[in-house]
Amino acid sequence: MEKRVSFKGVLLPLLLVLPQLVVTAVFFFYPAGQAIWQSLFIPDPFGLSMQWVGLGNFDYLLSNRYYRASFATTAVFSILVTSVSMGVALFLAVLADRLIRGSGVYRTLLIWPYAVAPAVAGVLWMFMFNTRVGVVTWYLGLLGYDWNHVLNEGEAMGLVVAASAWGRISYNFLFFLAGLQAIPRSVIEAAAIDGARFWTRFRTMVFPLLSPTTFFLLVVNIVYAFFETFGVIHTITSGGPQQATTILVYKVYADGFVGQDLGSSSAQSVILLVLVSLLTVVQFRFIERRVHY
Amino acid sequence: MATVTLENICKSFGKTDVIHGVDIDIADGEFIVIVGPSGCGKSTLLRMIAGLETVTSGEVRIGGRRVNDVEPMDRDIAMVFQNYALYPHMNVFDNMAYGLKIAGKPRAEIAERVAGAARLLQLEPYLDRKPRELSGGQRQRVAMGRAIVRKPAVFLFDEPLSNLDAKLRVQMRLEIRQLQRDLGVTAVYVTHDQVEAMTLADRMVVMHAGRADQIGPPLEVYENPATTFVAGFIGSPPMNFVPVGLVGLGAPEGTVLGIRPEHVELVSGSDRLHGTVVYAEALGAETLVHVRLADGTLATVRQDGTAPTPPEGSDVGLIWAEAHQKLFGADGTRL
Repeated sequence: MEKRVSFKGVLLPLLLVLPQLVVTAVFFFYPAGQAIWQSLFIPDPFGLSMQWVGLGNFDYLLSNRYYRASFATTAVFSILVTSVSMGVALFLAVLADRLIRGSGVYRTLLIWPYAVAPAVAGVLWMFMFNTRVGVVTWYLGLLGYDWNHVLNEGEAMGLVVAASAWGRISYNFLFFLAGLQAIPRSVIEAAAIDGARFWTRFRTMVFPLLSPTTFFLLVVNIVYAFFETFGVIHTITSGGPQQATTILVYKVYADGFVGQDLGSSSAQSVILLVLVSLLTVVQFRFIERRVHY
Repeated sequence: MATVTLENICKSFGKTDVIHGVDIDIADGEFIVIVGPSGCGKSTLLRMIAGLETVTSGEVRIGGRRVNDVEPMDRDIAMVFQNYALYPHMNVFDNMAYGLKIAGKPRAEIAERVAGAARLLQLEPYLDRKPRELSGGQRQRVAMGRAIVRKPAVFLFDEPLSNLDAKLRVQMRLEIRQLQRDLGVTAVYVTHDQVEAMTLADRMVVMHAGRADQIGPPLEVYENPATTFVAGFIGSPPMNFVPVGLVGLGAPEGTVLGIRPEHVELVSGSDRLHGTVVYAEALGAETLVHVRLADGTLATVRQDGTAPTPPEGSDVGLIWAEAHQKLFGADGTRL
């Protein structure tokens, strides 16, 4: 049973939750309400008047091919970011789990990238791959490869995926390592005696026993790729070239603050709000009940 | 079916030496129990036979073949772990079939062998259950079944009964012995429980601080302990140790006389050994009388439950047949 503290009055508990309520109200409910409200209007260019359009903004968005392209871009981007960051993290965690001496050092070093803010990470990667002065670009040039993510859409996508996934590997690594260490050693030893070699053990024992961790990370990483990669994209490609890296969150910003189409931008926010709610429901439904094995 | 030979086995973890040269020859079909207190290196020894731990020096041979550098899966062994180590995401059938599936056996043969093991272990109604839906005793049986289906040459048991309650432990002990006899498989069984060791073993190995103090049939070890450690570890209550000075034996300084509690008799007067009764434990069939000797050592006398018990604080004499006394030198070894 969980421990519950009970209060006699109403005043003290109210006072205790008030800070959290205020923060949520100011930074979530108020802007979210504003977004929903504004998504039903089209303001004039100077912001002096608003015209009621009902669901017109949504109607327009869903039939807009750029918006649908942005959906596809987001899907590609988040699948790549999630699989790259989780794949690399799992690989590193398996290696670190086998290590006995010096594992503390590896763990500490691997956690560092997590402390780097997305925008800073973006700037770092931008400098490394800068088309004129970038170190990596220069080396690639020596190898005969002409790197130019400003013009090449595939390279641009690759770069923002790498930069976004890089900062995320640490986080995933920590969870995977903890998950691996929670698997009883004797189960793995029993499998080894039963004849399973390393890869078979991984496939039939480690991976299934790790599935609760994997599922949790999957949801968390998709949410990250959807919403928290704005800084990386803004600093490296600004959504370009030709909107090749404009994911949904970036389009909210681009249409609203650059294009000054606040009605459409609000409508896009509302769509994102629905998406993140769905992901949260999935997370609560499955993770709170645990993926069973 | 195979012999197992350990030759001058040593093991160190870094700079710590935990096993200092152990030699054991295990015959085909023999049930060997390695017994000792925790930290004596008995589990490490077993894990070296299994191949889960590397051998620092010495040689392990299974069926005459040197297996020092052979992977666990290629040693033709099966192991039952203390915590059973069942695969939590697989049902009972898959737990038992896992090794056979990896070995690439045909489906029909797998089904037949698992069914056979399940029948033997009375697990038939539970084949579809996951380990978490089983009781401790049932989990124990599944772990046994997983070992049986592969028909290994050697069974290794690492304290398999220590997580069960007392009653189940006695029952499973009998079942394990029965099973090993029926299958005729060589078995190496590690335990800290001397009753398990006495009842299961063809021969037992008493380990003490990384050495095998004595190897022999249980009764032989009980009757003729090689060291004071063995004498004190095997048998409950343990053997009594009396400094020879107290009994007036002409032996070198530091020599200790050992005598089992059941071989001592209480008499009202004796010129051999005196003591004061501290208290008596009546266990029904027998009574344990604890006596404090002149130098402060406690001695235990095991007498029949129907025999009269001397009152606490009374002065008693202790006598025994000379044939039963064992003498140990100052270094703890038999003289």
